[in-house]
Amino acid sequence: MTGFGNGALGRVVRSGVGRRRVQTLVIAVATMMAVASAVVAGSLMVATNAPFDRAFAQQHGAHLTAEFDPERVSDDRLGATGGLSGVTASAGPFPTTTISPVGPEGGHMPALTLVGRPGPKSDVDALDLKSGRWARKAGEIVLSSSFAGPFLELGSTMESSDAPGGRTLTIVGFAMSAGDSADLWATPAQVRSLVAEDGRLGSQMLYRFDSAGTKAEITGDRKRLAAAVPSGALLGTQSWLDTKRAADQGAAATIPFLFAFGVLGIVMSVIIVGSVISGAVGTGLRRIGILKAIGFTPREVVRAYVAQALIPAGVGIGLGVVLGNVLAVPLLEDTESVYGTASLSVAWWVDVVVPAGALLVVGVAALVPALRAGRLRTVDAIAVGRAPRTDRGQWAHRAAGRLPLPRPVTYGLASPFAHPVRAIAMVLAVAFGTVAATFAVGLTQSLNAVAAAQDPEDRADVTAISGGPGGGGNAGPVRTEKHRGPASGGQEQPAPADPERVRAAVAAQPGTASYYGVAQGDGSVAGVAGSVRIRLYQGDSGPGSFEMISGHWITGRGQVVVSTQFLEATGNRVGDTVRVTFEKESQRLRIVGEAFDTSDDGMRVHADLGSFATAEPGVFLIEVEPGVSPAAYAAELAEVVRPLGGDAIADFAGRGESMILVLEAMAVLLTLMLVSVAGLGVLNSVVLDTRERVHDLGVCKALGMSPRQTVVLVLASVTGIGVLGGLAGVPAGFALHGYVLPVMGSAAGTGLPPSVLDVYDTWQLALLGLAGLLVALLGALLPAGWAAKVRTATALRTE
Amino acid sequence: MTQVIELKGVAKRYGGADAAALGPVDIAVAQGEALAVTGPSGSGKSTLLNLVAGLDRPTEGTVTVAGQRVDRLSEHALARFRRERIGMVFQFFNLLDDLTVADNIRLPAQLTGTARRTAAARADELMEVLGIQRHARAYPGRLSGGERQRVAVARALINKPALLLADEPTGALDTASGQEVRELLVDLHRGGQTVVLVTHDLELARACAQRTIHLVDGHVAADTRAEPVR
Repeated sequence: MTGFGNGALGRVVRSGVGRRRVQTLVIAVATMMAVASAVVAGSLMVATNAPFDRAFAQQHGAHLTAEFDPERVSDDRLGATGGLSGVTASAGPFPTTTISPVGPEGGHMPALTLVGRPGPKSDVDALDLKSGRWARKAGEIVLSSSFAGPFLELGSTMESSDAPGGRTLTIVGFAMSAGDSADLWATPAQVRSLVAEDGRLGSQMLYRFDSAGTKAEITGDRKRLAAAVPSGALLGTQSWLDTKRAADQGAAATIPFLFAFGVLGIVMSVIIVGSVISGAVGTGLRRIGILKAIGFTPREVVRAYVAQALIPAGVGIGLGVVLGNVLAVPLLEDTESVYGTASLSVAWWVDVVVPAGALLVVGVAALVPALRAGRLRTVDAIAVGRAPRTDRGQWAHRAAGRLPLPRPVTYGLASPFAHPVRAIAMVLAVAFGTVAATFAVGLTQSLNAVAAAQDPEDRADVTAISGGPGGGGNAGPVRTEKHRGPASGGQEQPAPADPERVRAAVAAQPGTASYYGVAQGDGSVAGVAGSVRIRLYQGDSGPGSFEMISGHWITGRGQVVVSTQFLEATGNRVGDTVRVTFEKESQRLRIVGEAFDTSDDGMRVHADLGSFATAEPGVFLIEVEPGVSPAAYAAELAEVVRPLGGDAIADFAGRGESMILVLEAMAVLLTLMLVSVAGLGVLNSVVLDTRERVHDLGVCKALGMSPRQTVVLVLASVTGIGVLGGLAGVPAGFALHGYVLPVMGSAAGTGLPPSVLDVYDTWQLALLGLAGLLVALLGALLPAGWAAKVRTATALRTE
Repeated sequence: MTQVIELKGVAKRYGGADAAALGPVDIAVAQGEALAVTGPSGSGKSTLLNLVAGLDRPTEGTVTVAGQRVDRLSEHALARFRRERIGMVFQFFNLLDDLTVADNIRLPAQLTGTARRTAAARADELMEVLGIQRHARAYPGRLSGGERQRVAVARALINKPALLLADEPTGALDTASGQEVRELLVDLHRGGQTVVLVTHDLELARACAQRTIHLVDGHVAADTRAEPVR
């Protein structure tokens, strides 16, 4: 009787799997969901773990992107720098320049670095062509995929500048450079022809070094390069360390979140699979006794029962891997677009480790009760199911019987106490499902609050532009403030309008509800190396204020509001005074608040425009009166301010931050899966329970318990479990949110304001607590219906 | 005389079997009558009992119990019918092990929505009559077979049913306990309770019933009347 296959043992296993269909199905589905969620969580954790490093390695990114002056160094000599000591690979020289294009709807884009390359492939910085194709002829460009969106798509056109005779450029592809070597690419000839009309030509070289892991090493590499070319030929460099720091900051925020979901998924998988298999083996003890009575050895019995668990679990695990991969793909695509990394896929080892781990868990979970079955004396095993049950839970029936509730309810309420371990597993499953739901609800609300708090200027209905600092380049559909790449050549800005006249036009325009002026530019703060983005506000800037972490928003001259990162970098605190220089004018300003502002690497400062005598607003952000169409208002205002040299644009409804959308999608998906697994865990336990109690239910029905009362009895048996799970899960989810969110903020380099942290309403928490009960009731509904339908005569014959 | 049970042309087939497990049979039982149904294994005794109790439905024919067409009732109505009109005693007692003796007895009354105090008082009364009051707070697993069957009888009687059905009530008992239960059933019949008793035990049938129906292969082989031998 050894071996599986068509032997006796094989038949026992097959009949066991086939006969207990619900149990088999629950094992398969529970393991499938658990494995699928583990694969999704695992692959996302892998994908978000140092995405920059992986993309950079994949693309063979440049450790140093250098721009040279072609008038001082020849291409041949630049090519020879690839042979310098320490250089392991190089690419270039590529012609480069800086252009300030005008977008499809007339919006001025920021100064962009254009590089001429014959194709995306290269020994260094092999570009990832995300969509479309490479530029082949004049007038075609490939744009950095970070610009892709509804306003800039394949086929969109832009003017190379707003000067008369600017070239029309058509976007034929979107590409991504992990090392951020350029904003857009064209053929080398196209770059040279654009430079011939307007601008200055540079030569870009891309280098990889044998040692480039630290700032000091990069500095040394840069010095060697500078020494290898004539003095003044090296115009500027960009280190991969700076690009990595900026990229990692975004990715780091997601890791605590994914880690939390990953741990929840794994713990739930262990609980559910363990309880499902233990229950399956535990309820088959009498059958085990019969098998032993007819001659099966204990080892064969153990093997048969482990196999009975492993067969459906194996199918579930296989399906779970497939489902997990299918679900992970769109999320990875989103992650890829958010991080701007190269193509992501589920790491092969996730597809190996997760199912192997699940099989191990299932195997161990099945082995423990199967060993118990193997050791059981045959006569005792046969007696199981006939012998009176243990005394467990009798006290609960006594206590519940005193409750002023209908008897089916009190009978059901006391039932879980007959199987305390199974009941605890159910409570844990419901609790973890509730934790996931509570955490996800809080996280979604926090992310929405982050999105709402991130760009206060997006709340404006209309933007009027006067030019000057913070003007032109900051308005229009393309609001990006990217200024990347090596030192750029000087670009002539259009003559700005008189801000005072634009302000007067805004004030006089019918439909204006409120407005404030903004000037923005680079300045410096004493004690901070390099430039700092300074934003100055004129008028009532309340509508454009950032969420405050501490202190208050600027209320007048002499005040400055800064970010968490600024405070950490400078060692200042709210109440301290800093010396701020803007357009050569220095002022001592008192820090009155810590704002939730992560833009410009968290180093932007906000002050009243009146603090600087020479500053003038570049834009006016306007709220229109209720009922006034922003588009119509903007069109009318534009008629007035265009002759002055300004413009007015209605602000489009900002797209959700794609990073936030991805996180929300992940949260919803992972929560649904975890809650489903929790429900299946309850379903399985109630199926087992109902099977065991089918005879008792038959007795109750014979005594006159109606089908409805039977349903009530079974549902009542999980009510306490649902309530307990909800009561345990809601505070745990609340605490998890309270722990993970600040960690996410800290990873992103910022504190978080109360609007992001305190997101739960009392009624929401109460509803989430009820969700635990709902999961339990839904899980029990199917077996309750089955219990109500089972024929009384059949149930009475069941032992 | 009022008929409590009236079976007309009743047959029951299981699955696709050609042969009927029971019938067709025509049986009527009058109020206050004690009927014993006897016969060998597989003769259709339990099937007959299940049809009368509304635990199963006939393939053909009509079953009327206490004036109600049982074969037409919905599951919900059947449950109500059982709890209000029928008391059942089983061979293996079918007591709920996790409820005390008193709770087991009260259960059918509580299912009908009887007030807690009323149910408790009725249960106390029955326990007193049946001599099991000292076991009120005990669990069935700790009682002897005879005591358990007394508890089962008390539970069957709590709603004052029109009909008491007993399926091999002494089948799982030792001689002494069987004798106790036999006397109990005799007393109940004397008190006017209509009783249908399914048994292999001809002595029990003779002692408890004034009428005996002998089933063979699902058909009534004999329907005899005789004063109980007590």
